[in-house]
Amino acid sequence: MEQVNALVLTGYGLNCDNETAYALQRAGARADKVHINSLIDGSVSLEKYHLLAFIGGFSWGDDHGAGVIQAVRMKTNLGRQLLDFVSRGKLIIGICNGFQCLVNLGLLPAIDKDYRRRSVALTYNDCGNFRDDWVHLKVDPQSPCVFTKGLEHMELPIRHGEGKFVTQTEILEKLVAADQVVMRYAMADGSPAGGRFPFNPNGSLDDIAGICDPTGRVFGLMPHPEAYNHWTNHPDWTRLKEVLKREGKPLPAGQSTPGLKIFQNAVNYFKDGL
Amino acid sequence: MPYRIEIALKPELMDAEGESLRKKAGDYFGLQLGQVRTISIVTIDAPLTAQQVKRVQDEIFTNPVTQWSSLEPLPVDFDWCIWVGYRPGVKDNAGDTALEAMADLLQLNFSDDDAVYTSKRYCIRGQGLAAGQVEMLASELLANDIIQQWRIYGREKWDPAEGIGYILPKVRLDHRPTVTTIPIDSDRTLERISAERNLALNPADIPIIRAYFMDPEVQARRREKGLSDPTDVELEYISQARSDHCNHNTFRGKFYYRNLATGRQEVVDSLFRTCIEAPTLELKQRKPWVVSVLWDNAGAAVFDEKNYYVITGETHNSPSNMEAYGGAITGIVGIYRDPMGTGKGARLIMGSYGFCVGPRDYRGPLKPKLHPRRLLDGVIEGVRDGGNKSGIPTPFGNVLFHPGYMGKCLVFVTALGIMPSRIKGEPAEEKTILPGDLVIMCGGRVGKDGIHGVTASSESFSEHTPAGHVQIGDPYTQKKMHDFLLEARDEGLIRFITDNGGGGLSSSVGESARFSNGCHIELDKVPLKYQGLDQWEIWVSESQERMTVAIAPENRDRFFQLAAKHAVEATVIGTYNDSGKLHITYEGKTCAYVDLDLLTAGFPQWEFEACWMPPERRGLTEPVISRPQDFNRLLLDILAAPNICSKQWISRQYDHEVQGTSVIKPLVGAERDLPSDAAVLRPVLESEKGLAFAQALLPHYSKIDAFHMTTCVIDEAVRRVIAVGADPDRIGGVDNFCWPTIQYHPEKNPDGKFKAAQLVRSCRALRQMCLDYAIPLLSGKDSMYVDGHLPATYGERHKVSALETLQFSTTGIVERVDLCVTMDAKLPGDKVYVLGLTADELGGSEYYDFMGYTGLNVPRVDAAAFMKLYRGLHTAIGRRLVASAHGVYRGGLGVHLAQVAMGGDLGLKIDLGKVPCRQKLREDKLLFSESAGRFIVTVAPEAAADFEACFDGLPLACVGEVTAGSRLEISVSEGSLLIDLEVERLKEAWKSTFGHLI
Repeated sequence: MEQVNALVLTGYGLNCDNETAYALQRAGARADKVHINSLIDGSVSLEKYHLLAFIGGFSWGDDHGAGVIQAVRMKTNLGRQLLDFVSRGKLIIGICNGFQCLVNLGLLPAIDKDYRRRSVALTYNDCGNFRDDWVHLKVDPQSPCVFTKGLEHMELPIRHGEGKFVTQTEILEKLVAADQVVMRYAMADGSPAGGRFPFNPNGSLDDIAGICDPTGRVFGLMPHPEAYNHWTNHPDWTRLKEVLKREGKPLPAGQSTPGLKIFQNAVNYFKDGL
Repeated sequence: MPYRIEIALKPELMDAEGESLRKKAGDYFGLQLGQVRTISIVTIDAPLTAQQVKRVQDEIFTNPVTQWSSLEPLPVDFDWCIWVGYRPGVKDNAGDTALEAMADLLQLNFSDDDAVYTSKRYCIRGQGLAAGQVEMLASELLANDIIQQWRIYGREKWDPAEGIGYILPKVRLDHRPTVTTIPIDSDRTLERISAERNLALNPADIPIIRAYFMDPEVQARRREKGLSDPTDVELEYISQARSDHCNHNTFRGKFYYRNLATGRQEVVDSLFRTCIEAPTLELKQRKPWVVSVLWDNAGAAVFDEKNYYVITGETHNSPSNMEAYGGAITGIVGIYRDPMGTGKGARLIMGSYGFCVGPRDYRGPLKPKLHPRRLLDGVIEGVRDGGNKSGIPTPFGNVLFHPGYMGKCLVFVTALGIMPSRIKGEPAEEKTILPGDLVIMCGGRVGKDGIHGVTASSESFSEHTPAGHVQIGDPYTQKKMHDFLLEARDEGLIRFITDNGGGGLSSSVGESARFSNGCHIELDKVPLKYQGLDQWEIWVSESQERMTVAIAPENRDRFFQLAAKHAVEATVIGTYNDSGKLHITYEGKTCAYVDLDLLTAGFPQWEFEACWMPPERRGLTEPVISRPQDFNRLLLDILAAPNICSKQWISRQYDHEVQGTSVIKPLVGAERDLPSDAAVLRPVLESEKGLAFAQALLPHYSKIDAFHMTTCVIDEAVRRVIAVGADPDRIGGVDNFCWPTIQYHPEKNPDGKFKAAQLVRSCRALRQMCLDYAIPLLSGKDSMYVDGHLPATYGERHKVSALETLQFSTTGIVERVDLCVTMDAKLPGDKVYVLGLTADELGGSEYYDFMGYTGLNVPRVDAAAFMKLYRGLHTAIGRRLVASAHGVYRGGLGVHLAQVAMGGDLGLKIDLGKVPCRQKLREDKLLFSESAGRFIVTVAPEAAADFEACFDGLPLACVGEVTAGSRLEISVSEGSLLIDLEVERLKEAWKSTFGHLI
């Protein structure tokens, strides 16, 4: 495939459009920022796109549960198109507010491929506040998730007030059994955060930071891979720079980052697979 | 019939909001509460069917996984229940989005009369909790009577079927909009009416206003439009335009400055012209990268060959002092409109904050409207929601405690944006208006918001009068408008744009109409939140989230098409013309007809007496303190002082990485918990170029001399951006003055002349520093009258004035972001250098303040000498010779060596005897002197020689090394260890004050 087209949803208080589009372009896709209303009024069609990004932000101010109203609007006006998009083997990523929207739409976790049911939720952080911090993440290598192929452990920033993953025990068991829990909050050595704050920043059940649908083509996560688009985004980069300098090694300028690799995996999925 | 949906988290889930109330009740009031559960209430005042209500309940308002809900009161057990809701007319953002979501889901068009109101119920368990204590929780933690109402229910008084009933805070104004003609038969009449109507006309302006309206020619032209004496709309317009806020009468005033020590007298004609405009214009000549200054909503400077950055800053003190959350969120969201209204419009890339409040643990007799602790909580949350929900990173800020800010707090907000240098081939920074262009108001609607605080409060909160003088910003509405306006800009549709802030349409239209020289406004076209506003109220309302835009008539359709796509309300409210007149009609009838040049016509200049007496003549001396014996404990206690200690909890609740541009974060170091000298962004993702930003505040120095306060503040702000790697030749500044009242009055303001002299001295220092450091002022604002009259124990009131305060912000260009350095020590074995001279300069220092003294020896800035050192450091950073760089700021070497160690989580072995000094200093002075112009730098041993070569003939010395031992060890020459502390211990002390806050 020559061109992988990505659609980055914008409007109504979403705000990570520039950096998500940038990350997708760096990953080799062509990315268009498209207002939700342009999809609804038909002036832009989902047809030509391979990847749909539900981005971070505060859609509708997040006043009635994060991502809830966006999900209502998308479901009311675009429900069928979204289901169609998924069933045609395309990719969806939901980041932060986008993840919250996907679970409210039911596109995640889609247990038994039921893409309409709300069975998990992302609710208020246990710490009682919005929090910006970098976290360690451990990726489940067994997961079918297309986006995390080849990734094991990484650091990414989280920035949310409602990121605590909750669900019933039997749903959790099914998610775990199907390897749908893609990434968990972890300690620096990769061991589980075990609910400990601030390593697990929000009190998520089972340290869950990101999940996918059973196919691995719909992925939602609270951390922001698009905000790790340059090596100087990392909080330790000035420390790393000193170490590299002393070892006579070059700086990783222009190199990919774990954040970008998530998007590259998506692009490669089409480039390699089709 | 209204519907009421009660929603709560399922009982098995933790209720973080309830838990936070429980914790605060214990921390703030010593009240031991049991469980606290919160219930959200959505009251729908719209004609829905039961079926429709069920649908919105299930699909919008109840998350099936986490929540339960009911149209009946939820049976949550309590000993006490507190209900809190908004007063009528207060912006209910959640209510507005609820209505939007319902319209979408049900595919309904609601009428202007339909509404959704949100409120909350707190169900509190607590043995033996008294009614008075619950009242205190309601009034001092949960609600503010200015914007909210509350009810308290004891267990036995609660009717489980009735619940709170149906509370509809709807604004109903049974009022016919009326234009009133104001008689001007004498100066006294107009003066009286000005006082009655809160027009706040300056008595000196009144004869000029009367002369205009009594001019026979003016009268003849007015008669043609059906007008006689001035209308209230016209006088309000003049009052707004002449206000100190809009016209900067203080800074444009005439100061009679006398030095009482020498007897020397001088007249300063306009501080603005002489100390701000003159140096800025001079520097604009010398610095081609200065693009646009002194006229627009924000200043613009070159970022790179294709982009300009814009910056401005202001304060939002009075509203925040009354309603901390509302004031602060309105402040930050408001400042974001300034870059949006600069040139043809900029995209927001960053915000910052500065909070000056009373001591958080204040227990004295003064009773401010809000306790400093509550006020600080509120302003922190206000900036959090305003910034985070706007999708704009907030990577820098200051917090400062001093009792002087209990009279009125300071809330500084600063905004940076970026715009392409050319839009459709036209210079982006330029804008104009042609006759025939349409006047468009877009964004929010107009209500009684922000109109004369006093007028609103004199209506004394009846059940349906709007409590609009304190507002709540709505970042959601504004973010939609931001996205819309940028798309319109990029299509070349925007001819002119400006924001609606102070003065509302009166200012934005009044000022923009000068570009075409006239306009005709149809006030009845302005969309309102509710009916019943008088014409003058529509004209001056400060309802938020509005921009005024001029577009060519041929672009009308496309502009409105884009507005619809972005779900932004936009309305044509008139036409610009070249009539020379501001002409306002309401339903076809003229209610204002004024010559636009009236405002430039000879209004008298304000005048101030300023008397200066040097500090030594005011009786200030150095304190007499002997050499301390226990330096370890001294350092630990100073690290824990509120103005020095860690304030990590604030930075972490601000999104400082959205937009993916973060290079240097607010918190740095091995454990990511030390405050950075400055923030650095990579605002253009495709570019390796960075933009550094920092700000500084040192009001304690004003107790000695505001001249040196100013030089030190500017020096600190400059050093901060230099420390991270900014180019000294590309630094811009923003000045924000906050001053107590300077107009002398023998009883009400007996020290007014001194405060006026301090202002003159501060402005002169600003001018001198800008020229010496070659820093153009890209923007700036002043806020006067930072005083309050606080009730105390015996029913008396005390006037409390703030310290004379200047916040100075700096921007700097970083050529390549990977050249940036942070303040934390990097590797053991590195050499530690101190750059710059230490002197006996502890006059306003943290050390003296901590001991309860103000001294005399305030730090001096030697700009020429300092700049050589800064250039040396910049060269060294550019050659990658620097492992860490950190300015020495408040608290001196003691505090800042500790910070470098804590940042690296590494030890430092320091010999203070090697620190370059202007004179021999005792150990405590060496440790805590706040001499300006200094840095602590760590350097790899192999780079040391090259590093030193960058500073030929300049004061610097290697004073020790970084150690793996994790101890801070400080000695003097061969003496025994003065300080010997585990770095962990330092951090523990430094975090002991606020470390428990999240």
